[in-house]
Amino acid sequence: MSRGRAVLASRVGLIVGSIALLEILCRTGVINPLTLLAPSQMAVAMVDLLASGKVTPDIERTFSTVAIAFALSVVVGTAAGAVLHAMPRLRRALDPLLASYYAVPFFVFYPVLVAFFGLNEMPLVAIGFAAAMVAMAISTLNGLDRVPPVLIKVARMHRLGRLRTLFLVVVPAAAASLMTGMKLALAYAFISIIAGEFILSGRGLGYQIAYAYNSFDNKTMYGLMLFVLLVATAMNSLLHMWEQRLLRRRARA
Amino acid sequence: MSATLVRPARRRSLALDQLLIVLALLVCWQGAYAYAGSSAITSPFATVAYAISMLEQGWFWSNVGATALAFVSSLAIASLLGVLAGLGLGLWRFAGDVTEPVLAALYTIPKVTLYPLILLLFGLGLSAKVAFGVIHGVIPVTLFTLAAVKGLPPVLLRSARAMRLSPRQTLLHVLAPAVLPEIFTGLRVGFSLTLLGVLIGEMFASQKGMGFLILNGINLHNVKLTTAVVLIVVVTAILANAGLLAADKRLRRQR
Repeated sequence: MSRGRAVLASRVGLIVGSIALLEILCRTGVINPLTLLAPSQMAVAMVDLLASGKVTPDIERTFSTVAIAFALSVVVGTAAGAVLHAMPRLRRALDPLLASYYAVPFFVFYPVLVAFFGLNEMPLVAIGFAAAMVAMAISTLNGLDRVPPVLIKVARMHRLGRLRTLFLVVVPAAAASLMTGMKLALAYAFISIIAGEFILSGRGLGYQIAYAYNSFDNKTMYGLMLFVLLVATAMNSLLHMWEQRLLRRRARA
Repeated sequence: MSATLVRPARRRSLALDQLLIVLALLVCWQGAYAYAGSSAITSPFATVAYAISMLEQGWFWSNVGATALAFVSSLAIASLLGVLAGLGLGLWRFAGDVTEPVLAALYTIPKVTLYPLILLLFGLGLSAKVAFGVIHGVIPVTLFTLAAVKGLPPVLLRSARAMRLSPRQTLLHVLAPAVLPEIFTGLRVGFSLTLLGVLIGEMFASQKGMGFLILNGINLHNVKLTTAVVLIVVVTAILANAGLLAADKRLRRQR
């Protein structure tokens, strides 16, 4: 346990140290303030920006887009994973496509999607969904592959019906993988939607960062960047902790 | 192993299935074209014809060259940095445990938001593109290398010591073969992400390259150009990844 504590302390030290170093470099003018704001100034800019309410519509827009894309991709991805697991022939044929899926830069499809859905949040939802759904499907496949056959046998011995086998045996056994899938899906949806807004949208956090950059508004830009980074890290750490807990529970079982 | 044991008939049916999937994708594409019309997307046939006609033109190849240069440079930097950092952090267990979650968190942040910072640091042009490719690719390479070294069975190192191998022999004959397949997987993932980073970089900070062509096509409403370049990029990415995947499988089988 003491080693674990030392690791944690060093990690906090590393992060705090890097921020402090950055602060010193900025304050002493080694880093040009036109290039990078000091972390403390970024934090102040972020708080001011959030308090002013100027970006609230953009925050709502981005988060609702991410939420819709995430929810869709979890539902469809899990279903797709289950279907592929049940159809080995289709799975074998799709395997190279799944393996190369993330080598394709999706946002290049954005103009096509705009023509399809019109200029609203739908194209961004579609991009986030496309980025997140396959990660969810692959994680579902991994999870289903790793359900120990003995558990299925036990379920059969207890004469559980299909639904009860699914919810009492399969889902708990695959829970950790499903959690990994959701973690990836959320991160991918967030990344691709921000990127989409950044490149080709008129609203949302990504757009506001690009806009602030183009108008040399460093305060707004770094305030928003810090906000996005904090939100992404917080979401991810939360899901990571949950995942670790599920993994531990599985290791014990 | 399994690939060589697959019966020919089954392999033929697999090829047929995959052909069917390609056909299904083409039908979807044609359907999208029929639905959205030529202001959004060109038909598969027209796109392929235009893509082939582009292959004969000088301006196209100079853009390919620009992307290739940026991509090769950033892949080289990302691989070198990532493998060295991963080996270091893997062998020094404590540092690895300290930094791994931090790296994993960095991996999941939307790196596009860092783009303005990169531009301010590197200016417009090649170095910014390369830097953007590197920040996308270096973390997965580091994480995979780190995992490879950490997951090394301790018995390997113990037997190396039992056989009194020198550090150099241990490295060459024990460590390297054991971690190579995992590192290769990391490089494959890094390959895709570096390409993604370079393409995004070209969309803002460049007057040349495939990413620039795509964005230029969008801005000028040149649907034919955008669709053809997208097709070429996607097909190249999938083929390169399939090649790396095959090499990856072979490396793992050899072990």
